[in-house]
Amino acid sequence: MPKDGIGASVKRKEDYRFITGQGAYTDDIDRPGQSYAVFVRSPHAHARIASVNTAAATAMPGVVKILTGADYAADGLGGLPCGWQVTGKDGPMVEPAHPPLVADCVRHVGDQVAVVIANSAAEARDAAEAVVVDYQPLPATASIETAMAAGAPQVHDEAPGNLCYDWEIGDKADVDAVFAGAHHVTRIELVNNRLVPNAIEPRAAIAEYDRATREYTLYTTSQNPHVIRLLMGAFVLQLPEHRLRVVAPDVGGGFGSKIFHYAEEAVLTWAAAKVARPIKWTAERSESFVTDAHGRDHVTIAELALDVDGKFLGLKVDTKANMGAYLSTFAPCVPTYLYATLLAGQYTTPKIWCGVQAVFTHTVPVDAYRGAGRPEATFVIERIVETAAREMGLDPAELRRRNFVPSDAFPYQTPVALVYDSGDYEGTLAAALAAADYDGFAARQAEAEARGKLRGIGLSAYIEACGIAPSAVAGSLGARAGLYECGEVRVHPTGSVTFFTGAHSHGQGHETTFAQIIAERLGVDIDAVEVVHGDTAKIPFGMGTYGSRSLAVGGSALSRALDKIETKAKRIAAHLMEASETDIEFSDGQFTVAGTDKSVGFGDVALTAYVPHNYPIEELEPGLDETAFYDPANFTFPAGCHVCEVEVDPETGRVEIVNFAASDDFGNVINPMIVEGQVHGGIVQGVGQALLEGCVYGEDGQLATGSYMDYTMPRADDVPSFAVSTRTTPCPHNPLGVKGCGEAGAIAAPAAVMNAVHHALGSRGVSRIDMPATPVRVWRALNAA
Amino acid sequence: MHNFTYHAANSVADAAAKVADGEDAVLMAGGMTLLPTLKQRLAQPSDIIDLAGVAGLSGIRVEGGTVTVGAMTTHDTVANSSEVAAAIPALAAVAGHIGDPQVRNRGTIGGSIANNDPAADYPAALVGLGATVCTNRREIAAGDFFTSMFETALDEGEIVTSVRFPAPETAAYMKFPNPASRYAIVGVFVARTTGGSVRVAVTGAAGCVYRETAMETALEGDFSPAALDGMTASADDLNEDIHASAEYRAHLVGVMARRAVAACG
Amino acid sequence: MPTVSMNVNGEAVSGEVEARTLLVQFLREQLRLTGTHVGCDTSQCGACVVHVNGVSAKSCTMLAVQCADAEVTTIEGLADGDDLHPMQEAFRDNHGLQCGFCTPGMIMSALDLARRNSTPSEQEVRDWLEGNICRCTGYHNIVKSIMAGARAMAAVRGG
Repeated sequence: MPKDGIGASVKRKEDYRFITGQGAYTDDIDRPGQSYAVFVRSPHAHARIASVNTAAATAMPGVVKILTGADYAADGLGGLPCGWQVTGKDGPMVEPAHPPLVADCVRHVGDQVAVVIANSAAEARDAAEAVVVDYQPLPATASIETAMAAGAPQVHDEAPGNLCYDWEIGDKADVDAVFAGAHHVTRIELVNNRLVPNAIEPRAAIAEYDRATREYTLYTTSQNPHVIRLLMGAFVLQLPEHRLRVVAPDVGGGFGSKIFHYAEEAVLTWAAAKVARPIKWTAERSESFVTDAHGRDHVTIAELALDVDGKFLGLKVDTKANMGAYLSTFAPCVPTYLYATLLAGQYTTPKIWCGVQAVFTHTVPVDAYRGAGRPEATFVIERIVETAAREMGLDPAELRRRNFVPSDAFPYQTPVALVYDSGDYEGTLAAALAAADYDGFAARQAEAEARGKLRGIGLSAYIEACGIAPSAVAGSLGARAGLYECGEVRVHPTGSVTFFTGAHSHGQGHETTFAQIIAERLGVDIDAVEVVHGDTAKIPFGMGTYGSRSLAVGGSALSRALDKIETKAKRIAAHLMEASETDIEFSDGQFTVAGTDKSVGFGDVALTAYVPHNYPIEELEPGLDETAFYDPANFTFPAGCHVCEVEVDPETGRVEIVNFAASDDFGNVINPMIVEGQVHGGIVQGVGQALLEGCVYGEDGQLATGSYMDYTMPRADDVPSFAVSTRTTPCPHNPLGVKGCGEAGAIAAPAAVMNAVHHALGSRGVSRIDMPATPVRVWRALNAA
Repeated sequence: MHNFTYHAANSVADAAAKVADGEDAVLMAGGMTLLPTLKQRLAQPSDIIDLAGVAGLSGIRVEGGTVTVGAMTTHDTVANSSEVAAAIPALAAVAGHIGDPQVRNRGTIGGSIANNDPAADYPAALVGLGATVCTNRREIAAGDFFTSMFETALDEGEIVTSVRFPAPETAAYMKFPNPASRYAIVGVFVARTTGGSVRVAVTGAAGCVYRETAMETALEGDFSPAALDGMTASADDLNEDIHASAEYRAHLVGVMARRAVAACG
Repeated sequence: MPTVSMNVNGEAVSGEVEARTLLVQFLREQLRLTGTHVGCDTSQCGACVVHVNGVSAKSCTMLAVQCADAEVTTIEGLADGDDLHPMQEAFRDNHGLQCGFCTPGMIMSALDLARRNSTPSEQEVRDWLEGNICRCTGYHNIVKSIMAGARAMAAVRGG
């Protein structure tokens, strides 16, 4: 095996440019003759636009053009599309128009009304302030509760009661019957708090139009440039793909928020042809807060029925989900197919029902954020399981063990549609408990008590469905796109390799991980491999990076393309060595003939493919360049157990994480260093949700947490270091045996932290505290108990 | 931000003259509050008068029992001054917990107190230690200097030149930070003079730094955390926001005061 | 428009700026030193940290005109040709970066800590990073990188 092959913690190939300041993020790019855009945005959550007066602004220095919602409407172009249709009990979801520039009615603070294009960003901003919009404010509704109340202000006329859909999975009567005979029923109510993704690179875009070739180019901060090209080209601006290039260069984090097709991308591309100059837009952070899709925002009531031995009999979950003011690209599937289908967790619960009502509010659209639906599901399951254990006087670890899907039961059909592929839940639980010294907790708790601190420990045994997704399954559930991935392996004449992938790396390290697979398979040096992503002009096609899919789906496409390369190369090698193809063996970059000492190197075969003087030209085309599209057979099911230990200062309510241990099963691991880094980052986003982050809207729809002054981003001193490890059950249905690791931390951590907090506070009579468990909330709960 | 005219002042008198000349001129010390405010377009001054080049405004002098800190002395300099650490360790500790390292590298004591943010740390130290603010025109007792939220006793064109701190017998500052902004939700500075008088100065809790006189009286009788048992601030007129209610702040004043007394040793 | 002259990464530079031009804008837009980033508008994220006269500063919270005649060092000024600075090396060796956007600010901030304290503890590093936000790494490997980088710098000086 080459030293930089599969399983090695290879230092990242991409790091050199980042640590020397030579990354090329969208805002780092300047195009000749570039102008700058600033958007005029609604300060109101809901208002009718009586008029927009741009006369004074147009006359200001440096202004190139100002375009309004009326201009956009006059061109007869499309609205921003939704990529997933959910069909509820009463038919398809309500899908209101989502104009990139609003002409008549604004529906959230930040909704875009006009765009000012000027010679400099400062001039554009000065002029944007001079655009006079006559708003007639209307009543607004910002929360699920108020939006569903009788007489609530309506976000869209076509959605009475602000209901987008009312959807369910499972047979409710069947589940009710189980509850009637239960020994014990645990009931919890919880809020899954609304979060702002906050990739540290703000969104940005540059659009340009070449009149000579009639080609449009859009540079954008995207996790999936081909998806943007498809959505914007086909549905919004009606531009054919061959004249629309979308480039997602270095991207500074995404976490889901850069999946979606945003208004600014379409408006800039549309406007670029009008001004015949490149236009750049870069969000300010305060603008990101009111325009990037938010995450989570559920209110849930859940009930778990158990028998006398603590076996789970049934689970009932009733969830209300906030969609925001419009349907963002994948919003409808998040609280349904990415949430309710995960409610079996790691357990054999035989009967499950879940009802989901999605509602519109006058807030920023809500869509997938790291984990997307699966953190919400894990939080419901792991909070209710932990609560049931405490209520029944059982060790929470033991109650989980009694209900785990046993490791010999795979493939395992859950009652909520999914078939789990492989796993060892006892194994990851045991490893996490050992790493956390679970058995020594009582002594640590007593020691903390002597110091006046309340100590608690909490578990979260999570499962996720990743490797999104089998296209036929996704299509039957309402997806309007396939969810395969594409990869092209181009072997160059001298044996070096370029891999073109439809996945997109914005921190995940694909340039290294994919190169390791190629180095392993072809026996080439890792430095002889280049991974190219993020440009529709270079890569045949792609569905992008989200849902921990890059390795499971994009890596599988790579593996299939390498199979094709190997097959063709073997035929060439057989010809060179005058042997039968079936006798050719390939390892460590050498083709050999079984039972002989004949061999030829991979580089010689590559050269022969491009210089085919001695070549089976009648049977085989020259060249060594293969493309594969891989559509997964199933989701993958990473799973594991995270254990969190906290200390609460009862005088101030401050929660400190004193220990955090994780054991995860991601299937086979290509680069352990990168995998651990993904887990660390995910854990802190989960800790952020549990203790620090919460998006707060006033009832008037004004965002109270619109900057880092009020929205608490986790910082280095908010968290400890973590003890993370992996245990492997390979994925049985993809060629690499991999499952995906990007979201695990964010999925597992909130429940682990909150179970620990509830454990710590339980001795003081506190039974419910919502996320984020901020000091003031903890203090209040302690005083109310 | 909106544009303005920039002036580098070369003396206090020059700065004062330039402020007087400007239509709506403002002074800039470290700029750690002014520049973020301008970036948010919350202010639109015609002129900015930069004090960075004015000689004689930086530096620390310890004489007898008095520490004098020049107005343009950065928080980092105060935090790392061995002289301050020897004379008034609590003052170095306050400076060492203002903002983040980059703010401390540029932010100054003069700029901080002239801004009088209700959640800033220095006002508590000045009031707690009974400091004197020296300006180009006069000396002002700290208790008279901080008048209300973002307001001070400074007149138009009056420039802080230094702050004089008498060394206490013992002092300590305890801050409970806002988890997002890291400004004080509540900060309590407790100091006891060699004469036995006690000051308890509170920042973050109300619209302006103030003294908890009932706590001072209790501590003058018995300088121990136990003397404050059961004591909180009155929640009337305390700040209320998404991070802390008035009741919580009132409670925290008691907790931080007790911890500060304990830290006095 | 005012003209400002300063020394950036060892080279004398000057340019015409508006009074309101921030140092970070001057570096990125006029000098095209785009390694220094902007991640927020409230002076908190630290993606823009550079050194001004040897100490770390947020270049989004300084005017270019305030840096007249100053010595400014950016991330682009650390490596010596192909030889990385030990702190850069430490970030790569310890996987202290993922998307790379906060990284230049992290490294520039870390150098100011290492200048003061060549053997910082984990807690000292975490406290120091109050002004630097990372959304990818969970800080675990950044802390490791900085502890290793500071020690490597001391070893280079000592050797």
